Amino acid sequence: MTSVRVFFIGGWTSYRALFGWLSPWILIPTFIIEPVFQILFFAYVGRDAGVGDDSFFLVGNAIQFASIPCLFAMGNTIGGERYAQTLGLLLVSPARRVPLFLGRALPVIVNGLLCSLIALGLGAAILRVSIPLDSLPLLALVVAVSSFACTGLGLVAAALALRVRETAVLSNLVMGVLLIFCGVNVALSALPGWMAAVGRVLPLTHGIEAARALVSGAAWSNVRGLVVDEAVIGLGYLVIGLAMLKWFEVESRRSASLDRA
Amino acid sequence: MTAVLRLLLVGWWLQLKMRSRSAFDGILAIVYPLFFATSVLLMYRQGGSESALIGAAVGASVLGVWSAVATTASTSLQQERRLGTLELLVAAPTRFALLVVPMTLAMGTIGLYSLVATLLWGRFAFGIPISLGHPLVFALASVATAVGVSLMGFLLAVSAVRYRGAWALGTAFELPVWLVCGFLVPIAALPGWVRPISWVLPPTWGVAAIRHAAFGGSPWGDIALCLLLSVLYAVVGTWLSGRLVTSARTHATLALT
Repeated sequence: MTSVRVFFIGGWTSYRALFGWLSPWILIPTFIIEPVFQILFFAYVGRDAGVGDDSFFLVGNAIQFASIPCLFAMGNTIGGERYAQTLGLLLVSPARRVPLFLGRALPVIVNGLLCSLIALGLGAAILRVSIPLDSLPLLALVVAVSSFACTGLGLVAAALALRVRETAVLSNLVMGVLLIFCGVNVALSALPGWMAAVGRVLPLTHGIEAARALVSGAAWSNVRGLVVDEAVIGLGYLVIGLAMLKWFEVESRRSASLDRA
Repeated sequence: MTAVLRLLLVGWWLQLKMRSRSAFDGILAIVYPLFFATSVLLMYRQGGSESALIGAAVGASVLGVWSAVATTASTSLQQERRLGTLELLVAAPTRFALLVVPMTLAMGTIGLYSLVATLLWGRFAFGIPISLGHPLVFALASVATAVGVSLMGFLLAVSAVRYRGAWALGTAFELPVWLVCGFLVPIAALPGWVRPISWVLPPTWGVAAIRHAAFGGSPWGDIALCLLLSVLYAVVGTWLSGRLVTSARTHATLALT
């Protein structure tokens, strides 16, 4: 029961306490204006370069934007605690680590999902891209799975934050890698082979491919494999992230470097 | 006059040294635009037009100039407040604007590093052959653009001083300015109502000047417009900063957000 409470209440409290995103003055510029303009920017660049169509850039960038809250929020899970000087208190607590950190991931996944869906809707309205209505539930599922997968990667970033002081820089770098390697604006088939290979083991890649197929009218059976792959990749990163957190926590205690990172 | 120039120069150099050593202001300001530039260059390479790719390489190089200023300028006074130095800046006998301008000029200078880094990235990672028509004029146009962007950042910095989430404001402006100022996409390709917005933003003329200097054509008119608008932004920013400081002193709200 304690673990369930740590998971839900602890996660939600942490989300509210650590991030000022609940203010509309921050939430709207960060989660609405920025993603919509990223979609418009790449759609117009795509038109100028003569590649892809608006739908391609709309879906790629809207789903890529799910990674922003997932990466930054998870990175801040450690960085924010350190800044508030509560990291030591958190890690000295007897709470089990899996519900402690996964509880912090849950609101972030929902945040990523909403951010992505709003960007998708607004972007579609501005660019006049029609999304089949019957594909919306499955599209939401794909975005949710992609958000989960990004949160897994975010957990790895959170673990690294036990060693790296600049969590915002770290999250920006990871986001940049996703932007280039995951087929957000250039299809994997048009990327050099090694880049496509890297992209296939990153979150988002399969989710974006599945979402593009759904918007083009593909059936669930055609994208099920891609969604499963995305979920498995996310799960893999989640496990790696938890293992790294455990390891770095032990190392930090041993070397007394928790607040020095 | 000499004292003002000395203040600007010393302030710029001090800020440049500090910010160059910051992972966020220094390193990320150079690396982050490279991700967008890489995406853009991959797109143009896929498009198959060599001339469009070269044009994109030049346009992409300017992305970082604005990136280096947008978020950092909007948060610069918040940072001073957090460090407890905002009161000292306001209490100094020097005009407040003259203390803020060197901050954003230093950010614009870091943006110039980014410009060079992106051009080199295009040359060596993508093999894009860039031969600048007038290298010296290109350098001059780049500096004029950096000055324009810096003074736009100055206005942003003083406007955001009362805004708790100033960083979000700067982040939200980053991509719109890339788009509206024609860094990559010609302004003519944007909806008609966007164009008047483009015309009042200094980077629009700076980017046009850089393109002219790189590919032929006369950049002087664009450079002049960029600098003229920059002066206008500086004047508005100075007036606004004076009003805000007076208001903050009157209401004792300087330390509050």
